[in-house]
Amino acid sequence: MKIAFTTQGTTWNSAMDPRFGRTEFLLMYDEEKDELTHYDNRDTAKDAHGAGPKTAQKLFELNPEVLITGNGPGGNAAAVLEKTGIKIIVGATDMTAQEAYDKYKKGEL
Amino acid sequence: MKIAIASGKGGTGKTTLSSNLASYLAEHREVVLTDMDVEEPNSGLFIQADLKHEEDKFKMVPQWVEDKCTLCGICQKVCNFHAVIQLGTMIMVLPELCHGCYACSELCPESALPMIPKKMGKLIEFRSDNLHFIESRLDIGEEQAVPLIRQTRNYIDKTFPDEVIKIYDAPPGTSCPVIEVTKDADFVILITEPTPFGFHDLKLAVETMRKLDKSFGVVINRDGIGNNDVMDYSEAEKIPLLAKIPNDRIIAEFYSKGQLIYKEVPAFRHELDGIIAYIKTLKDLKQ
Repeated sequence: MKIAFTTQGTTWNSAMDPRFGRTEFLLMYDEEKDELTHYDNRDTAKDAHGAGPKTAQKLFELNPEVLITGNGPGGNAAAVLEKTGIKIIVGATDMTAQEAYDKYKKGEL
Repeated sequence: MKIAIASGKGGTGKTTLSSNLASYLAEHREVVLTDMDVEEPNSGLFIQADLKHEEDKFKMVPQWVEDKCTLCGICQKVCNFHAVIQLGTMIMVLPELCHGCYACSELCPESALPMIPKKMGKLIEFRSDNLHFIESRLDIGEEQAVPLIRQTRNYIDKTFPDEVIKIYDAPPGTSCPVIEVTKDADFVILITEPTPFGFHDLKLAVETMRKLDKSFGVVINRDGIGNNDVMDYSEAEKIPLLAKIPNDRIIAEFYSKGQLIYKEVPAFRHELDGIIAYIKTLKDLKQ
């Protein structure tokens, strides 16, 4: 299974980014391949509007089955994500990506 | 004549000044007061008038025609606001984000994104004797203030002759909505409070008005708090200081009851007189 995290860095030790649309990175973990990759999303800082849908569109291309994030997407991003069928897990704030993954696996998120 | 009342910082007295100035002027002549803060209009709290007219306002947004689309992706690329999103074999339009620029629609080689009207809000017109009051209000969820402000300005231009004084209560800040409100104003009043925050945002507003090549003056509200920076700055920059409204609890009390202040507080009315006297000199200069 492929899992996406909104993070402030590119490693397992990176802090989660509570924001969806303007998250600094999308950290992607492929469980089958045990492979960690990332997408640099920092250019959304330049967008006055529409960062949420833009990130949602990117996530659609990255094609994970699950998204683990903090506050959850806003209305426009949620409308896009709904069409993608990606399962959204919110509430992963004040922790690292590793901690978020572990909690998710234990069903604590 | 059109006078826009703007501020930079929010909560400095735009609505207090515009509702009182308009009502005071309307004692002797025809005035149109318009609440241009379409995201959260509140001038109506202070104006007692009868409903005259109401109309829905629409903006144009693209609608995807699946049968014609070849999924070339041009629409998504040209949209600066991410209001058109391609998800695999689907094009999704987010109408709230759309600025109605027509780029996706016009550049679509297959004409698969025709523009259709979408309701974004409404305009309501009230009248009490000489005072016309217009309020435009965006629907909940709408993000674009500019199209509604533009249509409201057009409505006023079409409905009222040039000689009627028009007062625009602008939104706070210095971004697109404020520019849309002030761009055809003959004069802009920048109202601020003499605090570091008020001063900081006043400077941004002054820079904006200079870029727009506007004639403008400053009003200090809640004079007596903060420091002298706003006064010193206005003097150094040769910006006319039109009035200093004192920081007085009684003003806040009338405001909190939704009452007009000039009727109750002579010191406040005196400051309005000063502003009106200044505006009259401007009018003479222009005509």
